[in-house]
Amino acid sequence: MGERLYLHRHSLVHSLPSHLKIIAAIAFILIVVSTPITQWGAFIAYFLWLLMVVFIAKIPFPLLFKRALIEIPFIFFAILMPFFGTGEKIQVGPFDLYREGLIAGSGIVAKGTLGVMTAIILSTSTTAREILRGLERLRLPVLMVQIASFMLRYVNVVNDEMERMKVARESRGFEATGVKHWKVLATAAGALFIRSYERGERVHLSMLSRGYEGVLPHEEQIEHKATVWLKAMMYPIVAATIFIAQLLIGKM
Amino acid sequence: MNTPSLEIKELAFAYPDGNQALFGVNLSIQKGERVALLGPNGAGKTTLVMHMNGIHPTSHGSIHVAGQLVNSKNKESIKEIRSKVGIVFQDPDDQLFMPTVAEDVAFGPYNMGLRADELNAVVNEALELVGMLEFRDRPPHHLSFGQRRRVAVATVLAMKPEILVLDEPSSNLDPASRRELADILRSLDITIVMVTHDLPYAHEICARSVILNGGIIVADGPTHSILTNTALLAANRLELPVGFVI
Repeated sequence: MGERLYLHRHSLVHSLPSHLKIIAAIAFILIVVSTPITQWGAFIAYFLWLLMVVFIAKIPFPLLFKRALIEIPFIFFAILMPFFGTGEKIQVGPFDLYREGLIAGSGIVAKGTLGVMTAIILSTSTTAREILRGLERLRLPVLMVQIASFMLRYVNVVNDEMERMKVARESRGFEATGVKHWKVLATAAGALFIRSYERGERVHLSMLSRGYEGVLPHEEQIEHKATVWLKAMMYPIVAATIFIAQLLIGKM
Repeated sequence: MNTPSLEIKELAFAYPDGNQALFGVNLSIQKGERVALLGPNGAGKTTLVMHMNGIHPTSHGSIHVAGQLVNSKNKESIKEIRSKVGIVFQDPDDQLFMPTVAEDVAFGPYNMGLRADELNAVVNEALELVGMLEFRDRPPHHLSFGQRRRVAVATVLAMKPEILVLDEPSSNLDPASRRELADILRSLDITIVMVTHDLPYAHEICARSVILNGGIIVADGPTHSILTNTALLAANRLELPVGFVI
């Protein structure tokens, strides 16, 4: 866990500094979100551009689509929206759908998918550690970066611990099958919490022993050339161009 | 006579709940000595170690590290003490908390004020001493337990301590890792205090042993004569493995 999202490749996208990639991803998402869904042509253009970036990043398309499935629980209600609502109805294939619901629903699905896929490009082309460094360079409060960084370090340790507790339970004939076992699981979760808390104290102790005074080491700022900036910002720049184009077309 | 690396006088300590752990400990360790601190569970070994670098404030008695008084109220001096007393904790996962091995080894010297090339050189040197240089950019959870313990030793060595304190260094190690760690520890030119129940390991590494039980030092002498005194060991809940002959 932790680094399993990262896919090691040598590509332009992989080589860009992480903080620029984070800015680019957020800018892209903001542009997509501010586009009205009725401009569906723009969304097709965004999607094609996104696929091109995926191609440049050497991320296999099946991987992209597989990982994008994570959004399904989130867009579940968006998919239901056209079926429940009020107002004008339209016929789509065998279904009798509400117009308002259909527009709102497809807007959430389209924007959500583009956002999730952007996040996938970022997480697949950047190690978790690099993303944290990027956030640090973007002046995210040090405390938040530290918390995330500890989480990244200890998620495996806690996961292993949980796994060992599970094996120990099962070795004594326990199998969680229903509500009546929740009490056992809750107790185990409690024990895991206490153990993690105690580990936190021991880690802090070991940090104090090595002279910790509230600041974790961080690297010095590196200046990037304008060309690197430009390359990273191509992602939102192209999206912005599509956005302006749809505005102009809309005016005509 | 030279200044001892560690000089503990009449150290006593009670936890806030009233449970007294130490009842007047006296211990003097010379520079370059390797001493095993033996004792059963609950003898006060860890409590004693926590005093050595001022994590527990000294409430009664005194501790000097290389002649300098451990005073947890004096922030500047405690910082210096913590760079002189390097503690390797029992669970390497408690000690290795940075995303990569190199960053973790750099943590201590960074806090001591080292930067850039100088910092890098110290990190490489420490990793070299424990034979883990090639793993410097790996995340700690990708290493084996034995490797993680060696990195934990490096994180402390990078601070160039006066004393290396190891808490149960042989626990959970397979025989080969155990021997490799012993070789590394013997190769270091440094004062070592090793807290352990592993009597053969103490015999292998330390010429001198100290038994702590019930919060006082009950025996202090050459490891060989302590480990051959069966009555003394039995009285302190210590036992050599069956079949082990010194």
